[in-house]
Amino acid sequence: MKFVDEFRRPELIAKAASEVRRLTDPGRHYRFMEVCGGHTHAIYRFGLRDLLPENIELIHGPGCPVCVLPMGRIDDGLSMTEQPGLIFTAFGDMMRVPGTKGSPLEFKARGADVRIVYSPADALKLAEKNPDRHVMFFAIGFETTAPSTALTLLRARAEGIRNFSIFCNHVTIIPAIRAILDSPDMRLDAFIGPGHVSTVIGCRPYEWIARHENKPIVVSGFEPLDMLESIVMLLRQLKEGRAEVENQYKRVVPWEGNKAALRSMSQTFALRPYFEWRGMGFISQSALRLRDEFAEFDAEQRFSVPGVRVTDPKAAQCGEVLKGVLKPAQCKLFGNECTPEQPVGALMVSSEGSCAAYYNYEHRKAALTSLTMPAAPAS
Amino acid sequence: MCLAIPGRIVEILPERENLALVDVSGVRRKIDVGLLSDDPAQAGDWVLIHVGFAMSKISEADAADQMRVLAMLGEDEAAMQEIEGYGLGQGGDGS
Repeated sequence: MKFVDEFRRPELIAKAASEVRRLTDPGRHYRFMEVCGGHTHAIYRFGLRDLLPENIELIHGPGCPVCVLPMGRIDDGLSMTEQPGLIFTAFGDMMRVPGTKGSPLEFKARGADVRIVYSPADALKLAEKNPDRHVMFFAIGFETTAPSTALTLLRARAEGIRNFSIFCNHVTIIPAIRAILDSPDMRLDAFIGPGHVSTVIGCRPYEWIARHENKPIVVSGFEPLDMLESIVMLLRQLKEGRAEVENQYKRVVPWEGNKAALRSMSQTFALRPYFEWRGMGFISQSALRLRDEFAEFDAEQRFSVPGVRVTDPKAAQCGEVLKGVLKPAQCKLFGNECTPEQPVGALMVSSEGSCAAYYNYEHRKAALTSLTMPAAPAS
Repeated sequence: MCLAIPGRIVEILPERENLALVDVSGVRRKIDVGLLSDDPAQAGDWVLIHVGFAMSKISEADAADQMRVLAMLGEDEAAMQEIEGYGLGQGGDGS
């Protein structure tokens, strides 16, 4: 376990890893879902898999905002570039996500005014600087990001900026977890809860998972030691027959969340009755729209949006991978037609997407090993 | 995009509500601190920043930890690119 030395506090990591082994029942198979894409990235990057016993399986969850957005919404957003004088703004993560007629980056190459912003506040500032243009911000993200869009909307209204709109694709994590638990082909023992979503929503919204579904959930930080500690906490609960919400990431996540952030969201957003998720279909009350008072800032109301449903490329199995039914490498396109350089599905685009994470660390590592094997057979 | 970037509040700026100058590894940019309105940010506070907004206060030690996590994940360059890309200005130069 040479790589352990590269981490800080290696002795604590070794101790946590041995505690994981001590608590693991060798006769049992454990299936833990890490909900957050940041955790998925960390698991591959840190080689956490190698520290865990074989019978602990980590299932990658739906917590990658770019990955869960269905292609139809990308097409809808890009259709707005046909509006004369419109500036299309989005986070960098969105730029290479393929729509039916290309990605935002490809639209830019064809002459659309597509710009990367790092904050919704920057999109609003762009609108202020360009009063004769309309600036549309393609908003994505879970509860981590939605409050920033909310404050931007409140500011736009307060400052009377009229050439600005939001194409709202914010989604909420709890209904997605519920959909996964309701899915008949998904058997899970416990959850590693998202870290930064929980700084906003707190730990209380997870209580039903413990109480009604009888599954332990531990909100976790992102360091290797955090994630190992979280797995220890889950194993302890299972061993003692408990199902509770526990907070391993107390140094950042308050139990009650960020009330100011939640207030800003309830001032500006309402729940959509349903929303389509890539690979998971329609999930009721799983996404946010702008409240009616903000209709003038709602790109969907301001512009006519085709609202078409687009099925994913037939051979791509993004949905199965998103639900954790298939591992990335089990998809027929993985590593052949679909690579981070030429992504077919969104899970290959974002660094938090399980396909990109798997490709960048495991697949490349395996390819490298097979290349160097003949030269160094003894090692 | 769920990884947050640690920074230190240099000063609360008077030019508009909830605007602060933050220092991230020597790079200074303006960010919005409106999400901390229940426990307002002050100069010297360490915060986690996400898409141009401070989302929570943290300790100095946790800020150092978080920077290390970003580096371990190979996301430190992207994080600095994000900070440098924030469009609300750099402060001190009239921007």
